[in-house]
Amino acid sequence: MSAELLIALILIVPLLVSGGVALFNRVPDVREAVTIVGAVVLFALCAFMAVRVGNGEPLSLESGDIALGLTFAFKLEPLGAMFAVIASGLWILNSLYSIGYMRGNRERNQTRFYICFGIALFGAMGVAMAGNLFTLFVFYEVLTLSTYPLVAHKGDENARRGARIYLLTLLGTSIGLLLIGIVGTFAYAGSLDFVQGGLLADKVSPFIGGVLLLLFAFGVGKAALMPFHFWLPNAMVAPTPVSALLHAVAVVKAGVFTILKVAVYIFGIDLLKEMPATEFVLAVACFSIITASLIALTKDNLKARLAYSTVSQLSYVTVGAMLATQASFMGAGLQIAMHALAKITLFMCAGAIYVATGKTEISQMRGLGRRMPIVFTCFFIASLAIVGLAPLGGDWMKMQMIEGASKAGHDYVIYVLILSSMLNVAYLLPIGIMGLFPPNADKLEVAEFKRPGGAPALTVIPLTITAFGCIAILFGVNTIMEFLTPAFGTTAYE
Amino acid sequence: MPFDVASMLPDIWVTNLPAIIVVMPLIIAPIIAALPNWRVSWTLSLITLVISFISALALLNEVETFGRVSYALGGFAPPLGIEFAVDGLNAPILLLVTVMSILALIFALPTIIKDIREEKRSLFFTAYLMCVAGLIGVAITGDAFNLFVFLEISSLSTYVLVALGATKDRRALPAAFNYLVMGTIGATFYVIGVGFLFAATGTLNMADMATRIPELSDTRTIQAGFAFIVVGLGLKAAIYPLHQWLPPAYAYAPSFVTVFLSATATKVAFYALARVLFSVFNPELDFQQVLFTWVLAPLAGIAAIVCSFQAVFQTDLRRMLAYSSVAQVGYMLLGLSIGTAAGLSAGMFHLVNHALLKGALFMAVAGVALSIGTTQLSAFAGVARRAPWTMTAMAIAALSLVGIPLTAGFLSKFALLEAALERDWWWAAAVLAISSALAVLYVGRILETAFFKAPGPAQTQVREAPLTLLVPLWILALANIYFGLDASFITGLTDNAAGVAFPGAQP
Repeated sequence: MSAELLIALILIVPLLVSGGVALFNRVPDVREAVTIVGAVVLFALCAFMAVRVGNGEPLSLESGDIALGLTFAFKLEPLGAMFAVIASGLWILNSLYSIGYMRGNRERNQTRFYICFGIALFGAMGVAMAGNLFTLFVFYEVLTLSTYPLVAHKGDENARRGARIYLLTLLGTSIGLLLIGIVGTFAYAGSLDFVQGGLLADKVSPFIGGVLLLLFAFGVGKAALMPFHFWLPNAMVAPTPVSALLHAVAVVKAGVFTILKVAVYIFGIDLLKEMPATEFVLAVACFSIITASLIALTKDNLKARLAYSTVSQLSYVTVGAMLATQASFMGAGLQIAMHALAKITLFMCAGAIYVATGKTEISQMRGLGRRMPIVFTCFFIASLAIVGLAPLGGDWMKMQMIEGASKAGHDYVIYVLILSSMLNVAYLLPIGIMGLFPPNADKLEVAEFKRPGGAPALTVIPLTITAFGCIAILFGVNTIMEFLTPAFGTTAYE
Repeated sequence: MPFDVASMLPDIWVTNLPAIIVVMPLIIAPIIAALPNWRVSWTLSLITLVISFISALALLNEVETFGRVSYALGGFAPPLGIEFAVDGLNAPILLLVTVMSILALIFALPTIIKDIREEKRSLFFTAYLMCVAGLIGVAITGDAFNLFVFLEISSLSTYVLVALGATKDRRALPAAFNYLVMGTIGATFYVIGVGFLFAATGTLNMADMATRIPELSDTRTIQAGFAFIVVGLGLKAAIYPLHQWLPPAYAYAPSFVTVFLSATATKVAFYALARVLFSVFNPELDFQQVLFTWVLAPLAGIAAIVCSFQAVFQTDLRRMLAYSSVAQVGYMLLGLSIGTAAGLSAGMFHLVNHALLKGALFMAVAGVALSIGTTQLSAFAGVARRAPWTMTAMAIAALSLVGIPLTAGFLSKFALLEAALERDWWWAAAVLAISSALAVLYVGRILETAFFKAPGPAQTQVREAPLTLLVPLWILALANIYFGLDASFITGLTDNAAGVAFPGAQP
């Protein structure tokens, strides 16, 4: 298959899914089948593409000039390939889960839900494969706009309010800051291409570079760097599958992916090290890690706690990008993969609990693990992965980060990472432990199933698979690191 | 241009192109007044405007071939006779005015029945053709005094058009009167300025003036004339703070007039300003640099923020869009005041895009108002359910106004930002960012009300707009998407325009 065709197919398949879903509006079984088949096909295409990227094959596709010398360009590199594989692979599981969740909850407007999901995946694929900042920005906005109806899905005042904050924050930061950063880059560098070693290297003074970096760091609202993190907890009004795939994987990872990609290919290690602004953003990211973890501790609503946990975990990637060493870049890349698997598991567990019992608050979940042992066990495994307890995935990422921090001479980051791990333990592990082994278990009144039979099988199976993934990825860490090396190493990226 | 229109026309048409494009509507206008049936008037107007449109296309071809097309009116050679001159700067304006005048006329067919009483409809089209002729004349003439004449033709007919809104809402009368007073002051300022220039240079021909001004540029006469002209044209172009006439005029005029004016009137005045600044005077002149940096650019920035802010708090949709228009004029002015070829090109680019998107927005509002009888925002709750086509087109235009990627508005905003940052004007970038964020707010208010709010009691009356309204509306909406994907046609034109203003510079 030619490179152009492959890239075009990866972009078109999610749109075809949306079209098919619209077409089979009245036959829910066929409609869902379209989504599943589409997701499997997309995953196969992405995996095929990743293998070819791994072989060092250049894959690219570029349109003609659309105005001002701007083009739509797609160019695959390891980081984007990994992101595409993760997003498409988890889309399969999440679609299965969605069927169980949406039907189990008897949600309305399910067709619109699946259509928007397809478009959102289209946006995510575009972000993953973008070959220049302009293309990345366009798909970034596609992702924002297509997920707005998903957040507003319930349609009540609360959902509309959450969705309004979601849209205004993401659009506001992207147009108000990110776009200016991009145009500024264009004005100073004369191009928007991702270049190995950094497009802006030797082209701007550290001051101008610093201004641009701030515009990027805060303009990519999806990376949820404080103070632009509040949209994420507000987006939790969305149905849980949306929180799971989009606000733990596709949307937020598109954000940190953008940050990482900008750091590696627009600024480059040398320029990042020169600029004072880098240290400022690093400090803000460290602040975000700790503060969001502390807020998470205070939240009794499970999804809210997970949301703040995500805010905290996303900043790991920003920290990795700002440390500007190969090890920290690698750690950031690993974090994108690890956190995606672990956090989608946690959200799916939260959703399964909600479908089965209608419970949303952590304090109501004591002893619930007795009724739902699989769900709570998976929750516990994923919690461990987030904490980074050896031998689970998060451990490797943290090792890389610590190495990067000490090499970059920012020792305080190491303490931040350790403190953060302890906070993770404090806000995540008790949920699983209290669910499975509550104290005074005999006297406890455990919540009843609202739905006969508990969580639908279609919600439990996907989360079991992702929980296994959290363990399995341990054996794949080396492969992933080898795969990512060309992106951060000295090998030419062309 | 992908195709050559000029070669398909008869010779006599081609040789008289610049005259035909203006004179046709001017001659037909009084004939229409005498016609008994307004539908016949409408048809005749349409034919006239199509002829002007074809002429505009042909002129574009001619400009591409010859660079500058000069036409001596009545055979009297310039600089003594009146010259019509078409070059890269005004050819796109001519095209824009003629295209928008046709779309607005198609749009007039369903709306005029509600807006205007039957016995006045023929007269209404007379005024409309006069207005179009005046605007085309302003854009095409190469003579400074003649420009004043055409400016007055278009302005006087615009006062009439706005006042006709009184059939529906009496507030149209003070709006029109207010516009008349302000507009007349503006025209007076302009003509005084031309008087000064004439006194100093002894010529009224713009090209001729341009050759004589450099050596006289230190004199008070020239500088006073310059100041008068800028203020006069600035008033017509609704440059902040000379924009007070615009919101009421747009809000109370018949809906079709608003659509037409929003897409053309301020644009033509803006062109005239650009012509004076770049083609008659020289952007390198000291006092002009002062004007750009210390007057126009700050005013543009204030307009972009303050008027966007005012738009957020409007309860009437047409007023909201009118304030947004003043803010957008600020964007164009910002591009112009950057004072580089890239800036002027970006400003013109935004000018064209703004005409496309604001025309569509006003059309969509009028389309819904046709069935619910009001343009209050609160009455638009949930209308998208019953008028999905109208509101979807509106949503596209609204996204273009905000500057969402894949719409034309995004590319022109991008171009403006780039031009500003090339001169290290970070404050301008910040202004555009704040103004865009405000645009997200007011556009978000419209879209959330129309798409997500529960329908109110008036909802049973909501109907999809009639087909004659949907067609021009969707043409504009699709143009916004098309030019968002491939704007090379527009940027080709605007780069040409900037090439005229900055000979030698490659934008």
